[in-house]
Amino acid sequence: MTSNPYLFAAYAATWIIHIVYLATIMRRYSRLKLEVDDLNRK
Amino acid sequence: MKYLFPILVILTGILLSYAMYMALSPNGAPTEQTMGMVQRIFYYHVPSAWTAFLLFFINLGASVYYLIKRCPTADILALVTAEVGVVFCTVVLVTGPIWARPVWGIWWTWDMRLTSTLVLWLIYVSYLFLRKFSSSGQTPVLAAALAILGALCVPFVYFSIWFFRTQHPQPVMGGGGSIDPRMLHVLLLNWLAFSCFAFLVCWSRFRLEKLQREVDEAHALRSLLDEPGGKSRSAR
Repeated sequence: MTSNPYLFAAYAATWIIHIVYLATIMRRYSRLKLEVDDLNRK
Repeated sequence: MKYLFPILVILTGILLSYAMYMALSPNGAPTEQTMGMVQRIFYYHVPSAWTAFLLFFINLGASVYYLIKRCPTADILALVTAEVGVVFCTVVLVTGPIWARPVWGIWWTWDMRLTSTLVLWLIYVSYLFLRKFSSSGQTPVLAAALAILGALCVPFVYFSIWFFRTQHPQPVMGGGGSIDPRMLHVLLLNWLAFSCFAFLVCWSRFRLEKLQREVDEAHALRSLLDEPGGKSRSAR
């Protein structure tokens, strides 16, 4: 049971990596959406 | 069709939550006697590795198809699977040392399995750098060739523990060892959950990349039309 912090760290690290990656996809998507709106306006 | 993606997101979320509960709860997988609770890292570490390998093989197929047919969709699929595969491979490289520290007493050792996994990760990171920073028209072809090299490393990584003396345990599948059926059930459940998650992330990333290319084409077309007389600079 003394190893539990490692278990927590591994699971947390996994989800942090995935969430950070998903955040980059969402950021790229919103930036692209602005570009599309800009193109449509011109 | 409009609601397919949100429905799949909800279903995958439920599956991931259930798989995590099964991985962490003694009601799901039994606690391993020697390592104790920390062994449960196994249910994230191994499925992440398998998912990364699966994505790298899809990347190989798409790259070969691109080299033969020059199909842009195959090129996008290759890029997307490499990117998501690198994310899963990163999870493997992070969770591995976190598991090794309490079990082996060290964070890292330069044995064949760990080193070859790191080399595999570096190959696909260099693939992504090539895609991002090279503006040559030959970039997709060069990237496809690099992807073939990367995919050749996958079986080497998996079977390296057969051919070399290593600190890493034998593979769960095809390694000749045995595993408690309840552990195997939870392992496969987590792999299924991670595979569904990877599929959805690839789907989103694929749509994003397709849209990005359409926007780039629109920009290129607009810059051509904005030129005086509608002629490009190279034509003048």
